[in-house]
Amino acid sequence: MTDIAIRAQGLSKLYRIGERQPYKSLRESIMKGLSAPFRGERSCAETIWALRDVSVEIGLGEVVGVIGRNGAGKSTLLRILSRITEPTAGRAEVHGRVGSLLEVGTGFHLELTGRENIYLNGAILGMKRAEIQRKFDEIVAFAEIERFLDTPVKHYSTGMYLRLAFAVAAHLEPEILLVDEVLAVGDAAFQKKCMGKMGDVARGGRTVLFVSHNLAAVQALCSRALLLQAGTLVAVGTVQSTVARYLAETGGRPASMEDLRDHPGRTRSREKALKRVWLEDGAGRSCSAVPMGAPLHVRFSFGSSRPIRNPGFGFGIEDGTGRRVFSLNNYMVPSDANTFATLASGEALLEVPALPLLPDTYYISVSVVEDQREWVDFVERAIAFQVHPSDCYGSGKIPEPSHGVVFVHGSVVVEPAARDRDAVTGGGGYG
Amino acid sequence: MKSAEPLPLVVIEPTRRLAALRLGELWEYRELLYFLVWRDIKVRYKQTALGAAWAILQPLMTAAVFTIFFGRLAKIASDGLPYPLFSYGGLLVWTFFAQGLSQSSNSVVGSAQLITKVYFPRLVIPIAAVLSGLVDFAVALPVLAIMMWYYGIWPGVAVLAVPLLALLALVAATGVGLWLSALNVEYRDVRYVVPFLVQLWLFVTPVIYPASVLAPRLQRLGLPAWLWGINPMAGVVEGFRWAMLDAPTSPGPLIAASTVTGFTLLLSGAYYFRRVERSFADVV
Repeated sequence: MTDIAIRAQGLSKLYRIGERQPYKSLRESIMKGLSAPFRGERSCAETIWALRDVSVEIGLGEVVGVIGRNGAGKSTLLRILSRITEPTAGRAEVHGRVGSLLEVGTGFHLELTGRENIYLNGAILGMKRAEIQRKFDEIVAFAEIERFLDTPVKHYSTGMYLRLAFAVAAHLEPEILLVDEVLAVGDAAFQKKCMGKMGDVARGGRTVLFVSHNLAAVQALCSRALLLQAGTLVAVGTVQSTVARYLAETGGRPASMEDLRDHPGRTRSREKALKRVWLEDGAGRSCSAVPMGAPLHVRFSFGSSRPIRNPGFGFGIEDGTGRRVFSLNNYMVPSDANTFATLASGEALLEVPALPLLPDTYYISVSVVEDQREWVDFVERAIAFQVHPSDCYGSGKIPEPSHGVVFVHGSVVVEPAARDRDAVTGGGGYG
Repeated sequence: MKSAEPLPLVVIEPTRRLAALRLGELWEYRELLYFLVWRDIKVRYKQTALGAAWAILQPLMTAAVFTIFFGRLAKIASDGLPYPLFSYGGLLVWTFFAQGLSQSSNSVVGSAQLITKVYFPRLVIPIAAVLSGLVDFAVALPVLAIMMWYYGIWPGVAVLAVPLLALLALVAATGVGLWLSALNVEYRDVRYVVPFLVQLWLFVTPVIYPASVLAPRLQRLGLPAWLWGINPMAGVVEGFRWAMLDAPTSPGPLIAASTVTGFTLLLSGAYYFRRVERSFADVV
């Protein structure tokens, strides 16, 4: 009975298409009202079920991940559970105070100082003033903004702003915490810090529902996961099994070429600059599978509506569990051939002379970045490929998944101790 | 969990019937209300060069213009009070009402960021917008005291009614603000209606002229003088002058009528707001 934190039964949410920005004008409503009697039935607007009949139980203290493609209904589920929007049908019981973290820095005001924003943001997130006062020093220390406490946040750098915003949110202490993708901001060091804090929260016995595209983060934090697809709940189970199912269903089959213009994996995008991605073997033939240790060429074409300043082109390889195995971009390995002041279109090529991966299905994410920081376009798991077993050491012993994630070329040298060396070199000493 | 007290249970389901006002929840969020009022005031004064001076300048300049045109040139009656005092006294409460109404009618649309990301009783937003005007009112009030001292006019016992009349202005502004802020989410026309509405409303409120000008005309039509109190601000403005400036009027029935309409607006506004707020996050 009491060990359930959230019980949802048949939660559904219907949106009229375009209901997001479409305030009516008074004139339209009046005209519609006047003409309605003459048209008989009111024409039905096109509708979409953002969430359809979702039933799930989440235990007290459980940390549950919510995964799925963009538009699968993850955020809608969180918005309903945090009471921001009402379900169209269904019912949910929530035991305990809910804190929702759908964005960092909600309600921050640029004209106010860091100190003032801590109080304002804390109150907006549902903290009592006494609670904020008690945690004030901790928040400031976590955000590392002691010196700028009394500076208006409009003078803050992006990093400082995000740190402060996350710091306030991270010190919320509701019984149930709903988190949506807030870790996808800031630089790597900051993300690591956020992950650490989230880990503390997760281990602190609180119930957490965590929506993220970052499968590694979901796997690190959560014990169970829900998989949503087009508004319906298609899988609930251990985080490993759910992630595996998600990847199997949405990662796509290995293919030698993928069109990226309407790829569902597009997550952060200013414009659809990425056009096409394809794979080639060492001889330049298109392929969707390569043997272990063979060369692999990944190539994508891009075109932007305006020239991109100091453009960056990135490749990230993930394994079947969603773990990033390696990444490479032109900022890491700059050369005359990949550095431009501005560039609007072309092709980018990742050349791996010998792929050090074990047999599995792998996914490649590709990105275009402006001036080291700003996302132009990013397509997650844009294309999949297979690595076949091969006798990479020429010994007939093929490494397998239990041996690790990658294989390397090297040698194993054995140096017998001096006493034994005599025995060995002496040859036939035993006889 | 550490505490033995049972966890609060929240049931989430579609609202079917008339939504309850849930004033208890509003009370729980009083600190948020406080912080939003505090933010509004802080930001308003921070962003302007003259800051709090605007709270005084606006009614003062308007009163000066009214004095020249309506007091001197048109020679409009002022219940025996010096016209500058008469008009500034009226403008003081009127400005509070008009500001509160305009601020709150845009408040929900202006808080789209908050509404789509965090849950809290949405009623907090328009109420905070009206409340933040109280500070301007408090800033402009001493100027009235200075003018009274200059003209040698002292309030009588009726001055005790001033807080109640200010409360009635607050109630009226909140009531209209709730209606308009909720309507504004669905019909963005409201943004254009508000300045127009405020302007017209000023003319049907005894700010420029006293209620005594209109009363005989109503009576000639066989209507009671208090009928004008249907405009809640008629009772407030007339009453404020009576209470503060000891104007020789007896606005009792007018105030009573205004109280009824003021609270009717507040209640109906609150219910309407609660009824439509469930779709705010989807539409705003």
